Amino acid sequence: MEDVYIIGAGIHPFGRTDGRSGREQGVYAVRQALDDAGLEWKDIECAYGGSASSGSADVMVNELGLTGLPFTNVANGCATGGSSLASAQYAVGSGAFDLALATGFDKHERGAFNASPKDYGLPEWYGQTGMMLTTQFFALKIQRYMQLHGISRRTLGLVAEKAFRNGAKTEHAWRRSEVDLDTILNAPMINDPLTKYMFCSPAEGGVALILASKKKMDELGAKGVKIANISVKTRPPDSFEVFQPAISVKDGGKPTQLASRAAFEKSGIGPEDVEVAQLQDTESGAEIMHMAENGFCKDGEQEQWLAEGRTELTGTLPVNTDGGCLACGEPIGASGLRQVYENVQQLRGRAGARQVAGRDGKGPKIGYSHVYGAPGLSAVAILER
Amino acid sequence: MRTPIAEDLWTDEAEPRLIGGKLPSGEVIFPMPEGDAAEGVERHPLARKGTLWSFTTQGFRPKSPYEGPGEGPHDFKPYLVGYVELPGEVIVESLLVDAELDDLEIGMPMEFAVVPFNDDHTTFAFRPEKN
Repeated sequence: MEDVYIIGAGIHPFGRTDGRSGREQGVYAVRQALDDAGLEWKDIECAYGGSASSGSADVMVNELGLTGLPFTNVANGCATGGSSLASAQYAVGSGAFDLALATGFDKHERGAFNASPKDYGLPEWYGQTGMMLTTQFFALKIQRYMQLHGISRRTLGLVAEKAFRNGAKTEHAWRRSEVDLDTILNAPMINDPLTKYMFCSPAEGGVALILASKKKMDELGAKGVKIANISVKTRPPDSFEVFQPAISVKDGGKPTQLASRAAFEKSGIGPEDVEVAQLQDTESGAEIMHMAENGFCKDGEQEQWLAEGRTELTGTLPVNTDGGCLACGEPIGASGLRQVYENVQQLRGRAGARQVAGRDGKGPKIGYSHVYGAPGLSAVAILER
Repeated sequence: MRTPIAEDLWTDEAEPRLIGGKLPSGEVIFPMPEGDAAEGVERHPLARKGTLWSFTTQGFRPKSPYEGPGEGPHDFKPYLVGYVELPGEVIVESLLVDAELDDLEIGMPMEFAVVPFNDDHTTFAFRPEKN
């Protein structure tokens, strides 16, 4: 497969935007990405996109223009953005197209997501009795992890404190005020050990990325960021995932480990080479566990990493530099692409107050992003400047 | 008289047991699958005793399809949820009863119970094993 580059990136601010639909937020992001790349909509040769609650992405042609391009709708839960990006990469990498769009947007109701058991092939009683909640899964997973690997409640709080500190520096973030550690730790408990400030909320937003072949990028005189690898994996046997009435007594693998290992192996890049990372942080325990599942540290080392500030903007591996899901909220279709957008900005040195210096002080060269979603799948994207 | 939240979820006997399934490979699963997925799966009542694998609280009233007691957020009572490992079988997710959050510890012995859920139904739960 030929190398593929991201030459344009656009975002509609995350949070709540009354009077603008999810799709309109997506269109806003596409127009910004086109401006960024110096292109017009008619230049785009194919498109991939999706949302979880804001309808089909291909309807965007009504607003963007009826150019006749093939526009594929993607529906892959939390990995919708990752799958759209992977599809766009394949389309360009195969040589079939020179310019492709990957986009995602959403607009969710307030309050926690309520999934239908039937949609996941589960019996009704599982939902009726109050056990089919994503928030419970993450609490159950981190509760056990904390005991097995010596992670403290304070460390969970430090993750959230960092998220709001970074969000305060980020134009596209929803939560833009810092929250102190005591407030986070003493907030109402949602699912023990996770308090209100340790969870992200369903939100709104849109993201668009424009992908180009090397030939096209050079022809346009554009300066893009190379996609070193994108790996998407569904769950292996005996794993512990969201929405499982029962799990195996055998200790199985994890989709995040599989996606991460594949992305590192295929790109020839190692965890030690990564200078900025966006890891799925739907709650603060997820960021902790995903640091290890993605190969950046061993289980339990997060306690020391957080205490030493290694994942801060000024640390050795800045994590969730735009405040992640905790500060940006989670519009499902857009969330995974936001992570990639943030890495594109970081690698191009356009991240403003939250810009990471990189090992040589000239900005990061390698950015890593990871998304996890129901019913157990992960997407990892490694970008290289 | 409350009826079970679902049919064939647990056995109808003096000391009821959850109904799982045994795959041809010997692996035990829960719940027992229905329809085409049940082909080749042997009905397998699960052990009544196990150990606590993980636990949490549910601090807000879940949206639909939750049918727990009460009418809305004003009369919602937080409840406990966990996974209980039934040795050599499977780890099942369950409501936890007859305990407070502070009583719970990973690895503690738990036992099966059928308990009232709302005005109409009973459901299954695990509680700390009584000595």
